Amino acid sequence: MRETVEKKVLSENDRIAAELRQRYRDQNILCVNFISSPGSGKTALLEKTLASFSLAQSIAVLTGDIQTDNDARRLSHYGFPVRQIVTGGTCHLDARMIDRHLNEMGFHGPGLLLIENVGNLVCPSSYDLGEAAKIVLLSVTEGEDKPLKYPGIFHRASLMILTKIDLLPYVEFNVDRALENARKIHPEIEYIALSSSTGEGFDQWLNWLNALQHKFPQPAAAINS
Amino acid sequence: MHEIGIASSILECVAAEVQRHPNAQVLAVGVRIGELSAVDKDALGFAFECITRDTEWEHLKLEVEWCPRRQKCLACSQEFSVPDLNLACPKCGAEKSTCIGGTELDIAYLELEEPCAKP
Repeated sequence: MRETVEKKVLSENDRIAAELRQRYRDQNILCVNFISSPGSGKTALLEKTLASFSLAQSIAVLTGDIQTDNDARRLSHYGFPVRQIVTGGTCHLDARMIDRHLNEMGFHGPGLLLIENVGNLVCPSSYDLGEAAKIVLLSVTEGEDKPLKYPGIFHRASLMILTKIDLLPYVEFNVDRALENARKIHPEIEYIALSSSTGEGFDQWLNWLNALQHKFPQPAAAINS
Repeated sequence: MHEIGIASSILECVAAEVQRHPNAQVLAVGVRIGELSAVDKDALGFAFECITRDTEWEHLKLEVEWCPRRQKCLACSQEFSVPDLNLACPKCGAEKSTCIGGTELDIAYLELEEPCAKP
């Protein structure tokens, strides 16, 4: 006898993510989820981003790693609350982890919540964290065919950030082809190229983040600079 | 890589569903895995085998339906698959289309065996 079920495999994660999304809406929190392979420059991007904000702004960071609190230590120098999520082997963050750490951290909106996922282009793409946008990073020291190899995350991400563009003179990386590949998977994906070392492209990135809040019914006023 | 977690979620769902059929034996669980779901079919099968071994679920079969990416043309509503990553509509040539399949990560059905009612 066949019994139809029709249920999402990750329905429990999706349930918690929906609660988080509601909480972000109620508390006026803009949440973004940064995903990339290890070493693409997520932490460097966050460092430079935090450095550009004033301490009067309400911003919190959750950063995930399989081991060590190195990233939280790097990010805590900027004066904003930062919490490391050590997954102890799990290759992605899930909604339950975000819920627990958000509660323990005691972060309330309005404000900006930046989530740095575990370095991995595969698994984090399956787990909804209630975020307003997934942002995928691709560095110029990687292959420009990454979007074709990891279509899941490029399909789900709203924005692709090409990082380390100060290294372009030294590596064989075809920027146009990388973007073309990303748009083969996701024609509407937005695109910004930047360098966290030189600051090139950062205005465009901060403008994008500011514009994102205006797309939501209750803008997170706290991130206005 | 996260297929163990996915396999565990499938088992949790099966365990919850089975409560509604306390006398039945579950023979198989059917899942739909999309091309864009970031889940590898073989790795999932292996993970499922590993977590069910030597448990009450040892004989539970995992049946996977692989779902390729499907698009729907925004101009003429033609539905089409994209084996070559070409998202242009094969019928009218329009470039704008929307994704209507390939992101599945669903439990579709359970195959149950109810004991025969005693006369």
